[in-house]
Amino acid sequence: MTQKPLLQIRDLNVAFDTPRGQIRPVRDVSLDIFPGQIVALVGESGCGKSVTSLSILRLIPSPPGKVLSGKIMLDSRDLPALPEKEMRKVRGKEIAMIFQEPMTSLNPVYTIGDQIVEAVMLHQHVSTKQAYGIAEESLREVGIADPRRRLQEYPHQMSGGMRQRVVIAMALSCKPKLLIADEPTTALDVTIQAQILELLRKLQRETGMAILLITHDLGVVAENADVVAVMYASRVVEVATVEEIFDHPLHPYTQGLLRSVPRLGAAEGRLESISGAVPNPARFPSGCKFHPRCSLSRQAAASAPAEQTVEIKTVEETFRVLKICTTVEPDLREVQPGHWGACHLIENYEGSKVSLPVLNHRREVTANAVAAEREGAVVVEVLQGKEG
Amino acid sequence: MSFFVGVKKAWARRPCHLLDGVVTVTEMMQTTSAPLPVETPLVRVRELRTWFPIKRGILSQTVGQVKAVDGVSFDVREGKTLGLVGESGCGKTTVGRTILRLIPRTTGTVEYRGKDFFAYQGESLRKLRRHMQIIFQDPVSSLNPRMTVGNIIGEPIQVHGIAKGGERDELVASLLQRVGLDPSFAARYPHEFSGGQRQRIGIARALSLSPDFIVCDEPVSALDVSIQSQILNLLDDLQQERKIAYLFIAHNLAVVEHFSDEVAVMYLGRIVEKASSKELYSNPKHPYTLSLLSAVPEPNPRPKKTRIVLKGEVPSPSNPPTGCAFHPRCPLTREMARGGDERDTVQITSGGEPVRVLRKCVDEFPALEQKQGEAGHVAACWVTT
Repeated sequence: MTQKPLLQIRDLNVAFDTPRGQIRPVRDVSLDIFPGQIVALVGESGCGKSVTSLSILRLIPSPPGKVLSGKIMLDSRDLPALPEKEMRKVRGKEIAMIFQEPMTSLNPVYTIGDQIVEAVMLHQHVSTKQAYGIAEESLREVGIADPRRRLQEYPHQMSGGMRQRVVIAMALSCKPKLLIADEPTTALDVTIQAQILELLRKLQRETGMAILLITHDLGVVAENADVVAVMYASRVVEVATVEEIFDHPLHPYTQGLLRSVPRLGAAEGRLESISGAVPNPARFPSGCKFHPRCSLSRQAAASAPAEQTVEIKTVEETFRVLKICTTVEPDLREVQPGHWGACHLIENYEGSKVSLPVLNHRREVTANAVAAEREGAVVVEVLQGKEG
Repeated sequence: MSFFVGVKKAWARRPCHLLDGVVTVTEMMQTTSAPLPVETPLVRVRELRTWFPIKRGILSQTVGQVKAVDGVSFDVREGKTLGLVGESGCGKTTVGRTILRLIPRTTGTVEYRGKDFFAYQGESLRKLRRHMQIIFQDPVSSLNPRMTVGNIIGEPIQVHGIAKGGERDELVASLLQRVGLDPSFAARYPHEFSGGQRQRIGIARALSLSPDFIVCDEPVSALDVSIQSQILNLLDDLQQERKIAYLFIAHNLAVVEHFSDEVAVMYLGRIVEKASSKELYSNPKHPYTLSLLSAVPEPNPRPKKTRIVLKGEVPSPSNPPTGCAFHPRCPLTREMARGGDERDTVQITSGGEPVRVLRKCVDEFPALEQKQGEAGHVAACWVTT
């Protein structure tokens, strides 16, 4: 367990200048990724998860964006301080990235082959012929039939799932140590999503690369991640192993998210929901950014003396929350061994120390995919009711 | 001058000509107010087909048809929800829009309260439309950015002559309140709202004419997880209060299960399985439904279910496979073909590799038929029982 982390993010702060003033999409984010680990960064739109990943590769448009402070250490290099020329060697070669919409990351006027070969030749000292060989091999690895012919095709000739495979092939052609996957399956259908996730897990096992998986889909997180970091309103509010997050979520936001997801085969009745909406980064509330939506703070306020609570009025409702939630923004503290949370109301929070979340954990069970040869047999079993 | 006279005459003739042999407004108003016999569904769809021609060349000759919807039948009962699930391109959205006549049908019938909906024309059709509304997926593009929220919701009320002026504004205020928004929002524009709030505005607009049938086309898939459940709960409450029937179109199986009384699964323009929500999820019969269910990631780090990862992609509806459209991807027919009689099987190419499948699946199209299990549980598959 004395392995060194591959990537260390320390107190990252990113700001964007807008006509209405500066907004802070990422505040004090710290995260470690170990070799071969899948770390999931979870949150809703606008929580800062994508900006965090873009700032690792320094892909934030600047201006208006800038990294205010913080370190991003890859091995022993600090990425924000690296000269642009050095940074270009990191992008694609050591850290690769795949995006949500495969069409926007492929150039429509070049063939698939040209695009993969370009990346290969940029980072590896090989001849054009060898590069085409590598490109063909990487297409085969991601399960594309007849890769030699596919190399001659243009992106529009392929379906969405196929394009995402091409993007993955391109990202992996230089054997990166870290793959950043930003919502890799959100634009895909559920059966294709299963194929792509299966593929990513297989490639991860084979190459030993680490993956930073950015997603809002808790099902995808549960079945793939080793460690989960939950972001809300530009901060990390909870970090733990995937088992801990789903078994014992501590932050009221995480708890609310897990309760509000409809599950297959779950009991009927009303869904629980989190009231209110995700706050706009230009108008964050004071104190804990979650307090206007927090059911835990409301419950606690009901039994607390009046001077410790404050009344909040929104257009929809009026309620009371704890005063401390509106005045002091909680830091991320290790509230239980290996479990970090940022909420005044987590048990043992006041007695815990502020510390950086470091978790070199690997999950035990991965999703239970059936081997291709047994697939038909399993369908028969299930349809005949032999298996639940 | 004579030209204008001609136009005027034609214009004067038009309504009478169009209304010939068509249900009149008064007749329609009577039919809708009468209570519905128990056995008559609110909306009955039979053998609906929506084909889009593929045109090529300078003369725009039709060279083929995209069979987006190809023979779909179902009932939506009063105050109940029918869920329609399937992957992108399976035709589920086209079904919803064809039913509302937003897209012309090719063949088939749609009955609303026992009357042929396609027979309505002109004014009587316009009057009938107030009973059938739609909620769209994208709450940004479905609201006119240049209209205030009050006008967006109030326009249908005014157009249908339900109320105007102060009375209209009162109605708008009560609708806003009902969907969980502040009545003062009526003066604002759509861009001032978050995605969830915009979807609430879209729902208020759909409600403004007190419909009894609403097509919900992916109403929550563009929303954040924490907002989705708010909107689903709102739709649920409205159904309880106002006895609205929903055709709930979605690709998220967990959402559909939670929300629907009955679920139909579509694949390449056809319904391949239909059953009550509980039955379909606990006892799926079609291998496609089974694969679809098994592919949904569970929010559980120790997944119990066995995952079947389907090979290949959804084929193009312009050139669907013969027989059962699912046969090139079907794990069941492969299994049954293994070790089967040579004469009953056939070799095909799927995803670039040769596979052996049952001949029947390639040659003959399976009809929806009752399977073992609950009454009304139908599936279109040659292999399952």
